[in-house]
Amino acid sequence: MTPKSHIPLSKVKKGSIVRIITLPDGLARTQLIRFGIVEGDLVKCLEHLPGGTIVIQKKRQEIALGSKLSHKIIVIIN
Amino acid sequence: MPTNEINHLEHHTHIEKSPIISDSVNPKLVLVGNPNVGKSVVFNYLSGIYVDVSNFPGTTVEITKGKYLHYEVYDTPGIYGVSSFNDEERVARDIILEADIIINIVDGVHIERDLFLTQQLIDMGKRIVVVINFMDEIKKHHIKIDIAQLEKSLGVPIVTTTAIKKEGLKELEQLIDKARQGGQNKDLHLKLHNMLNSVGSQAEALLVLEGDDYTANKHGIKPLDQREQLYIDRRNRVNNIVNQVIEEASVRKHITSLIGRWSLNTITGIPILLGVLYIAYLFIGKLVAQDLVGFTESYFGNELWETWIRFAVSDFITPTSFLGTVLIGEFGVLTMTVTYLLFLLFPLVFAFYITLSFLEDTGYLPRLATMVDRSMNFLGLNGRAIIPMILGFGCVSAATITTRLLASEREKTIATAILQFAIPCSAQLAVITALLMGAGFKALLIYVFVIVLVFIAIGTILNKILKGESTPLLIDLPPIRVPRMNNVLQKTTVRTFSFMKEATPWFFFGAAVIGTMEATGLLQVWQKALSPFTEHWLKLPPEATTAFVMGLVRRDFGAAGLYDIAMDPMQTVVALVTITLFVPCITSILIMYKERGWKTATIIWIGTWIGSFTIGGIVAQIIV
Repeated sequence: MTPKSHIPLSKVKKGSIVRIITLPDGLARTQLIRFGIVEGDLVKCLEHLPGGTIVIQKKRQEIALGSKLSHKIIVIIN
Repeated sequence: MPTNEINHLEHHTHIEKSPIISDSVNPKLVLVGNPNVGKSVVFNYLSGIYVDVSNFPGTTVEITKGKYLHYEVYDTPGIYGVSSFNDEERVARDIILEADIIINIVDGVHIERDLFLTQQLIDMGKRIVVVINFMDEIKKHHIKIDIAQLEKSLGVPIVTTTAIKKEGLKELEQLIDKARQGGQNKDLHLKLHNMLNSVGSQAEALLVLEGDDYTANKHGIKPLDQREQLYIDRRNRVNNIVNQVIEEASVRKHITSLIGRWSLNTITGIPILLGVLYIAYLFIGKLVAQDLVGFTESYFGNELWETWIRFAVSDFITPTSFLGTVLIGEFGVLTMTVTYLLFLLFPLVFAFYITLSFLEDTGYLPRLATMVDRSMNFLGLNGRAIIPMILGFGCVSAATITTRLLASEREKTIATAILQFAIPCSAQLAVITALLMGAGFKALLIYVFVIVLVFIAIGTILNKILKGESTPLLIDLPPIRVPRMNNVLQKTTVRTFSFMKEATPWFFFGAAVIGTMEATGLLQVWQKALSPFTEHWLKLPPEATTAFVMGLVRRDFGAAGLYDIAMDPMQTVVALVTITLFVPCITSILIMYKERGWKTATIIWIGTWIGSFTIGGIVAQIIV
């Protein structure tokens, strides 16, 4: 049960600030932790490309996420 | 001191070791850091010009080794953490485990990301010096780092540098001997220490605890799965430290970060991509492939070298004899092959690699990967696959090895098939460009159309046929930076020479085979046998068959063979389409078999035979 305000990152508009609620399990999660992204973090959606490839920014760190991954990351608009 | 005990144990427990890592008694100084943090600049400063570059066994990962005082210095590939997720990490892991002292280079602008690796190295119990690089950019971004506090929190000595301006590097030299084990987390340290009996070193114990299969297998034990918890703890610890030591003004936009944004966005990104491709074409395709190579090949090659060698050899061997034909004939080992290698291939490959290395250092390629990600999804790939594709335009063989950076077997197979079929390599591309320029704009258009169509078709079909699905893109976008020319040149030199070293024997072998076939009349037999096919189905002159034989040896070699055949523009298109799709060169076939296994490789190989002649024939039936 996801509350109404919980949306996948792939649905987020360019420029919005979101809080990360859940990251998917597995390698992607490990790599994101290394990059500095954990559940509960605030990030900015820097770019939303057609098809759902998303670029997020946390401080000066920019990370590109494919649509399948951004679809599995659940966020809440801040 | 627990450190001594650990080091002592380490020496006895290494079962397998890469031959690159020497057994010398000299202490090993290892440079470790995330990608694009300036490791090679520091490395070059320490080791001077006498360095030893080699590929790590079984990988394309380059390892650079040098000397500094009594130390052996190693540069390692950029990694975000130590484990075994990909080739870079495996190579770095092996060298880190052997290190006596680690110089950990940190990008001060991305300190939060980079300190994760630092903290992991500390948890491994290694002796460390931390270098905080890019102090100039830190100032520009108005970031303040409390170095004294950071030293206290981490427990290791720190030096700040602007490596490209050599600032702070003298201070680094003085600090190397002061490297020490950082502050240990008591609980973790105890846990690791209890594992020493079965694992041998604290560093390896940590890897086993973090679920690293390779290290666990090495010691015949099961990996423990505490990665998640350890990673989260480490991340929190790093974030706390960063919050204590960093003070920053609000993030301001710089022109470089704006360029970075623009190259991502579809609307501005496509013009930027076209611009980059056009400049690359002007440099490689026009300046080098046509003007420079035109000069070196005809003047140095045909006029000076070939005239001289023919003259010199004909004193001992009759030019019309069997040996004469093989050595100094039309496809002579000493004539055509030498000209081709030195005066055509060498400048081309150098030009290609310098362009690629330059682009790599700007930070543009990851943004390109991001922009094309969605489109690559339709071919069953993700954006990262654009890198082997671009590399393929340099050398299909090298690119086939690079498909290893793709995450799944499925993606590797698709990328390999596209490379072997539809991507012409730089040498071939040069000949194709030259021939198409002669054939006119319409010919160029048809050629590009057919090849792009095949490219899309292969990916789409394989994406439908192969089971499973592609892995999603997940990459860190480095800042856009102006490349350092000596860094670019060094990379280019290494890559060009390793390519030439690998290609040269095959060229001589191929020339000898063709020369022998010519001298024994086999070439004519082959031409006759295939001529109905060549003439009626492909509608080409019978001599074109020779090019296909040559193409078996090397693809570019085959395209070069088309040079001297009289063809009308549409015939040229058919011949070029066929030779582009046709069997790739022997080297790339061998590499494909090694990388993909005999079953997949054979299917792709046979596929290229059938595909090229079928498609070439269809095009011929339509346009000639």
